[in-house]
Amino acid sequence: MSANEVVRVEGVSKRFARGAVTALQSIDLSIVEGEFVSLIGPSGCGKSTLLRLIGDLTEPTEGTVTVNGKSARRARVDRDYGIVFQDAVLYDWRTVAKNVALPLELAGWGRAQRAERVREMLRLVELDGFESHHPWELSGGMQQRVSIARALSFSPSILLMDEPFGALDEMTRERLNSELLRIWETTGSTVVFVTHSIAEAVFLSTRVVVMSPRPGRIANVVPIDLAQPRTAATREDPRYFELVTRVREALHIGSDREEPLARAVER
Amino acid sequence: MVDEPIPVEVIPRGGLGRSVGRRLRDWIPAAAVLVLGLVIWQEAIRVFHIQRFLLPKPTSIASQFWDDRSNLWHAGWFTFQEALGGFLIGSGLAVLLALVVARWKPLGRALLPYAIAANAIPIIAFAPIMNAWFSPLSKSSKMAVAAVLCFFPVFVNMVRGLTSVRPQSLELMRSYAAGEIEVFRRVRVPNALPYLFTALKVASVLAMIGAIVGEYFGGSLDALGVQIKDSVLESRYEEGWAAILVASILGIAFYLAIVAVERVAISWHPSIRQKEGE
Repeated sequence: MSANEVVRVEGVSKRFARGAVTALQSIDLSIVEGEFVSLIGPSGCGKSTLLRLIGDLTEPTEGTVTVNGKSARRARVDRDYGIVFQDAVLYDWRTVAKNVALPLELAGWGRAQRAERVREMLRLVELDGFESHHPWELSGGMQQRVSIARALSFSPSILLMDEPFGALDEMTRERLNSELLRIWETTGSTVVFVTHSIAEAVFLSTRVVVMSPRPGRIANVVPIDLAQPRTAATREDPRYFELVTRVREALHIGSDREEPLARAVER
Repeated sequence: MVDEPIPVEVIPRGGLGRSVGRRLRDWIPAAAVLVLGLVIWQEAIRVFHIQRFLLPKPTSIASQFWDDRSNLWHAGWFTFQEALGGFLIGSGLAVLLALVVARWKPLGRALLPYAIAANAIPIIAFAPIMNAWFSPLSKSSKMAVAAVLCFFPVFVNMVRGLTSVRPQSLELMRSYAAGEIEVFRRVRVPNALPYLFTALKVASVLAMIGAIVGEYFGGSLDALGVQIKDSVLESRYEEGWAAILVASILGIAFYLAIVAVERVAISWHPSIRQKEGE
């Protein structure tokens, strides 16, 4: 184990419905500090389940999940995770500022300290001026930015994102991708990101973990060596297209072992 | 980078005066219907020679209401106290039990089917029994009827509000390492408030019904329900109608009072925000 390993998943399996459905089988994964790791795969490959296991929102049937050198449960109680779901999951009865402040309230921060932090976070996601708005007054993209600000407010060491931009239109999505990278650079946090968009995974990540279904396994791991920081130009880099193709092939080989080449060539 | 900012509505120039003027204009159609209805009522009695035991003239009811006003308001206050007491007891117990049931799910599974069934039975039928349990002349027998009537809708709605929380809202709280009490305080209870107020509005009406109908089965001569019953039995129809008018005014006032509290308590709710934004 390297000194700055943040997440270590060892021999993890997860079965649902009293053992009838195997969501994940023998998963091993190690994530080091500052990495941006995407989990990608077709529906039913268990990518969200793996994310939830890391965040202690569910427990493995077999194997262990170690986070920052302790159990996932301990890490959750220590507030090591910031979580962002596909829906922003904002609390309607709280204003934008109070939504961002919620984890801080629970962590026992003082009022002045909270206000200062909320201002800082809203500036980070470029929503200053919207403090006293209610969530339903914001567009989907803005809501998701509030959700990101909230997840980062208490400086968790790991950001877990489950298809955070899946419900947004392509334009907003690309904009938020760049914004997320900027935030990632600023905060230096480790990100685990679930998506089913190949382009998004390649653009954002330092490593793409390709998963395959029935039962959910890791089919391949593709390191993404595109230069940092990534910009609009990155999307036109020939290396970017190569990597997109590699991930796509890995996906097809993983999910369709009988006729891997035929499908890969056809695309 | 930023999405289109939401245009902020500025109060129109000449703000307050104009908005009051607009409010008044909004009420004109409803007021016209009221006046028209009263005129038709008055005229129909004259034209069709409707007997006063069927329907007295609005003017006779109004003059009776005016002549007898101190007694009527006294009776109204007496009955309103019963309704309010029953409302507070019934709704209060319902909210407490709902919190317990939402916290310990198996208890909910055991109790909720009965609560839903009880919500569908005509509880008012128990009014004579309550008179037997408590003294018929006391306020407590009518409070008991009102309390039982209020209990079930408030309980059922409150449980629904406390438990119909998005699973992800709870998972987020879990990721913030929030305890059970925090989850109730910051997620379940706020989520339940709109449900609660919907039920309280229904309960306020039920409480008035409970108190008055309870009084029909016997009660103090100071009570509105007793006065309605006696005046009709003794062919003093105008008095009966005037007492019904008092009951209606009190009932509406009770309801509006809860609406006012609701607007303050859940001012964040889209339904209320949009009304105010009009």
